[in-house]
Amino acid sequence: MPYSYCEHVSDIGIRAEGPDLKSAFSEGVSAMLNVMFDASTIGEGEVREILAEAPEIETLFVEVLNEVLSIQGLDELAFKRIETFEIERTAGGFRYSGIAFGEKFDRARHGARTEVKGATYSGLKYNHGANGTHALECILDV
Amino acid sequence: MKIEVKKISDFVWEIPRTGDMLVPGRVYADEETIAPLVKEAVAGKPGGLTPALVQVANVATLPGIQTASIAMADIHPGYGFAIGGVAAFDAEKGVVSVAGVGFDINCGVRVLKTPLTRGDVEPIKTELANELFRDVPSGVGSTGEIRLKESEIDELLVKGSPFIVERGYGLPEDLEYTEEGGCIKGADPRNVSSRAKERQFKQVGTLGSGNHYLEVQYIEEIYDLVAAGIYGLFKGQVVISIHCGSRALGHQIGTDYLKTLEAASRKYGIPIRGRELVCAPITSTEGKKYISAVNAGMNCAFANRQAIAHLARGAFARVAGVKPESIRMLYDVAHNTCKFETHTVNGVDKKVLIHRKGATRAFGPGREEVPEAYRSVGHPLLVGGTMGTASYILRGTEKGMIECFGSTVHGAGRSLSRIQSKRQWRGAELLKELAEKGIIIRSGSMSGLAEEAPGAYKDVDRVVEIMHRAGVNRKVARLRPMVCVKG
Repeated sequence: MPYSYCEHVSDIGIRAEGPDLKSAFSEGVSAMLNVMFDASTIGEGEVREILAEAPEIETLFVEVLNEVLSIQGLDELAFKRIETFEIERTAGGFRYSGIAFGEKFDRARHGARTEVKGATYSGLKYNHGANGTHALECILDV
Repeated sequence: MKIEVKKISDFVWEIPRTGDMLVPGRVYADEETIAPLVKEAVAGKPGGLTPALVQVANVATLPGIQTASIAMADIHPGYGFAIGGVAAFDAEKGVVSVAGVGFDINCGVRVLKTPLTRGDVEPIKTELANELFRDVPSGVGSTGEIRLKESEIDELLVKGSPFIVERGYGLPEDLEYTEEGGCIKGADPRNVSSRAKERQFKQVGTLGSGNHYLEVQYIEEIYDLVAAGIYGLFKGQVVISIHCGSRALGHQIGTDYLKTLEAASRKYGIPIRGRELVCAPITSTEGKKYISAVNAGMNCAFANRQAIAHLARGAFARVAGVKPESIRMLYDVAHNTCKFETHTVNGVDKKVLIHRKGATRAFGPGREEVPEAYRSVGHPLLVGGTMGTASYILRGTEKGMIECFGSTVHGAGRSLSRIQSKRQWRGAELLKELAEKGIIIRSGSMSGLAEEAPGAYKDVDRVVEIMHRAGVNRKVARLRPMVCVKG
């Protein structure tokens, strides 16, 4: 399974996997969005650029999740998914660029579940396994 | 990770100071709640609640911490700090941590007293539930009727509740019965990002989701007649409780400063056990900016609860046929805060920065911060239970001032994860079960409802009993829910 949830007493832990880092990031965003909405109810009429920078892969993951939450809240959207374009090395660490797809939030249609307040540094992990899989983990404050 | 826990008295357990810990850890618990925890901890097995004890020990290593890293009886794992965690830091030499406040800055509880009894409200409770659900926006992405101009948001962040009352949403006396008068000093909107402000424009006066709620409750039991008399409470009386926080503004402040303080932790070489405890020296530029942003977030939350109280007052008065002004404030207390306060440390009065992460301020008798009318008994502490169980009104004590820097529990505290909870309960069944108990629920989210099932929480009666018997606070009254609007 590309993403799954981990037991945490107060919040929700997410774990995302992919054959490459980009797909692991995209799956991680899907894992978070699925806590908030039923993706099958969301269209793709609205598109937003998601950019983030951080010194490490782990913190970049938190930055991307929080950026998605911010833009979604700011523009009153419900995102369905993200497409990761690039994760590149910079002098100070890593830079992420991607495009999030969704539509204007409609409470009646989008089957709102639980609000995610933010992605935290708790339980934050990045693993590039021997089998080539990239895995990311983090705990969301809900 | 193995961790040692030893019993100090019937309701206090200690994590002895070892290694890089600067102070011991102290946990309020009883034999039954702590025994499984200790077993897990001693065996080094990562059980459900063990991470919370590790977090208490981790906080004890932070520079400038005073006396002890404390956890209240509603302790459960958080991110960095345990939920139910209290830590005071030397105002000069200490640190401020994002993990000690969290994303939901000044999540808190406000209780309003109505002149009606359970018998008066029983026949109208369905209509009441419908009207409250209609008038008070709740759920994911909810927006409110009170819209602010861009220039007004800065004013709201500086002024807090008074800003809302000035616009006619509430009574002037509401302010007197709010922690900090609903306006904490030192808020600087320049240290709050424009994105945080933009996210808040439409969210003033909204409940949000998760564990946030608005309940109509009745007083089932009075334990302390004197304090109840002073607070204006009587058996059978109907009250309205509001639990919510600073919404998107607080979430965005948390997000912004998580990044700032992560960099600060490295810049100042602060020895932290794990990234989740990111912090900055209180006197550093980053630390000062964060504290002023938290103050702005706190004012936003006070204003939010004020706006919701106004909407709830209106709906209740309309349905019940009473005057809105006959519904009066009991009190409003904050959780998830860091505040400068003066406390007695080793017999000397000292200015400290207190982090209360999922813990309530609990000032006892005599403190000047307590409204005059309540000063002889301390201010009311409002402890929220869960949908099907009880909530409590408590009061602070001198012992709690000394032992816990005037703090106590904030709720029952979760014992099951949200996933376990959803596996065990279905929203619709829960709704029916609670209806059979006479509790009417209104919620936009069935899965959200299942996550908040009463069985997913610790027994609130026991949690409150531990703090009462430890002498940290005294029970005043127990409340039972009649109507619950769930975010």
